[in-house]
Amino acid sequence: MNSEEVVDELASLALFADLQRPQLRAVAHIFSEESFPPGQRILRQGFAGSGFYVILEGDVAVRIDGEERARLSKGDFFGEMSLLLGEPPVADVVAVGELHVLHLAGPDLKGFLEQYPPVMFRMLQSVARRLRNANRLRN
Amino acid sequence: MTPEVERPFPPGDYPVVIVGSGPGGVQAAYMLSRLGIEHAVISADPSPGGMFRRFPFFQRLLSWTKPHVLYEQDTREYEWYDWNSLLATEPENRAVMPGLMDGTSEFPSRPEMELGIRTFAERTGLRIRHDTRWEGTERDGERFVLHTSDGDYRAQAVIFAVGVADPWMPATPGFEHVAHYVDTRVPETYEGKRLFIVGKQNSGFELASGLLHWASRIILASPRPATLSVNTHSLAGVRARYVQPWEDSNLGGGVFILNASIERVDRHETSLTVHTRRSDNGEPFPVEVDEVIAATGFQCPLVDLPDLGVNVFGQSRLPTMTNHFESAGVPGIYFAGTIGQGVAGLKKYGIPANSGAVHGARYNARLMVQHLAETRFGRKRERPAVKPAEVVDLLLNEATTAPELWNQKSYLARAFMRDEDGTIRDEGIVSLADFVDSAGPDAVAITVETDDTGDIHPAVYVRRHGRVDADARLDSSPLHDYRTTGHRKALQALIGHTLG
Repeated sequence: MNSEEVVDELASLALFADLQRPQLRAVAHIFSEESFPPGQRILRQGFAGSGFYVILEGDVAVRIDGEERARLSKGDFFGEMSLLLGEPPVADVVAVGELHVLHLAGPDLKGFLEQYPPVMFRMLQSVARRLRNANRLRN
Repeated sequence: MTPEVERPFPPGDYPVVIVGSGPGGVQAAYMLSRLGIEHAVISADPSPGGMFRRFPFFQRLLSWTKPHVLYEQDTREYEWYDWNSLLATEPENRAVMPGLMDGTSEFPSRPEMELGIRTFAERTGLRIRHDTRWEGTERDGERFVLHTSDGDYRAQAVIFAVGVADPWMPATPGFEHVAHYVDTRVPETYEGKRLFIVGKQNSGFELASGLLHWASRIILASPRPATLSVNTHSLAGVRARYVQPWEDSNLGGGVFILNASIERVDRHETSLTVHTRRSDNGEPFPVEVDEVIAATGFQCPLVDLPDLGVNVFGQSRLPTMTNHFESAGVPGIYFAGTIGQGVAGLKKYGIPANSGAVHGARYNARLMVQHLAETRFGRKRERPAVKPAEVVDLLLNEATTAPELWNQKSYLARAFMRDEDGTIRDEGIVSLADFVDSAGPDAVAITVETDDTGDIHPAVYVRRHGRVDADARLDSSPLHDYRTTGHRKALQALIGHTLG
């Protein structure tokens, strides 16, 4: 994907829905594209130094102690929980097929969210939804 | 063209074909030769060297070769101080580069680097069929057919070491008036010109550095702020060698660094207008200049491989690969050289490996060929037995001196494994991502890592019951020597139950 195609992809994702095109162009240059073969772990439970990822193409399985808990697909993101808490991830995130993602280095997430508050708000909404669903399950 | 009678590897059937004669192709050919695996090497170029036959534009590399260090030049340990020589097992073929450099810089000149690759190929007796262009690829059952300018080659496995070599420019309106980095002219032709450089990576800053003396004004622009390697604690970002334009910009000295996207270039009779839009406030910001150069990078010249099922990603169109540099979509197709940067590895704290440079790619090529030899030709690697009492010292010695661990931090590791009969075996250098993600017998791997503060330290990964549960860091050390009593105790505690 060239940078304009990445901008088009970003524009279609909920996380970046409030950004204008010049901002999306800057975002496209801040993230790097990565690709993983099937079965590769992208986040590793218990490992320090992880990053933040947005899925462009493909699916991932979220596994805790080897047991699958969820699937994520295009437009979903992962890695933010451990970075916000400053702790290693509590789950593995594994590529199910070939996976194509945007990657942001862990240490850059705070600055990125501060620079783009609408993205921070969207992320907060997503985290709140997950918390609500977890509470429903518990009840 | 070389007379036909002297040209090796005529079209035909070979177990392996290597395409490319840059450092990646030459390193892979050397490894296959030493393993005794028959192969052909073909290259469109008239001589070895790859991109170094032409670049870097200003004729000086960014990668060091330090002639005088604490280790002899023919030792394995010296490889950390010599990023530009290819790897050989014979002492007399190691460290080719320091002997070819004129002593004016620890960074070789481009001609010295080109000569180094040619000299390595000659000394190690490698043969290459030059002036043979790969033009297309087909499947024929389990084999691949390569169509070339000289005829068809058939092979069980193909190693593509074709670089990230095709100039790439965005399809921005008006870029037909823009030159690519590769078309930069001799510096004096920019005398008094107002120059606009698109891109703030090393190639953009290399041009700015080289033209500071000549251009009347230099503007570097891209949407994202530039980063410096001294801040990323890695080779990512603008290298120290090219920071002069940045300092000039900070002082207001005729160099300007803009965070802006480039939306259009208009041509006038004697000048150009670059229409930019600022990243900070989204406002349009037009700039009038005399010349525009796009330092916007390169793409992999993969010809028709995507049609065969090789998926590519990113602006550079790198293939999706396994941790052993095999196409994820088309097994049997492998990659060597700078293309290997498509395998991210753990990338802890966002710090990338050095796979895009010779000093990282040469180890990747060795790992890839060993894997290919083992999985496709049954050439099992030697895995010597090791006494349990020696494992801790061996690991700490590797963390202190192993060139693979220092050149490819957090990417390659030294591993030891417990066999079914309890024997501890030396696994040699492994892919760290492969080690931590593969189930297997109890084992330990050590590597060297840098964290977000720039602290360099050994990191240990212990596999128990088929799984690596966590990383463990050992303390850093002021002179990077981890062969201390404290490190021994800490490491023993980590691996005691597994290999001790």
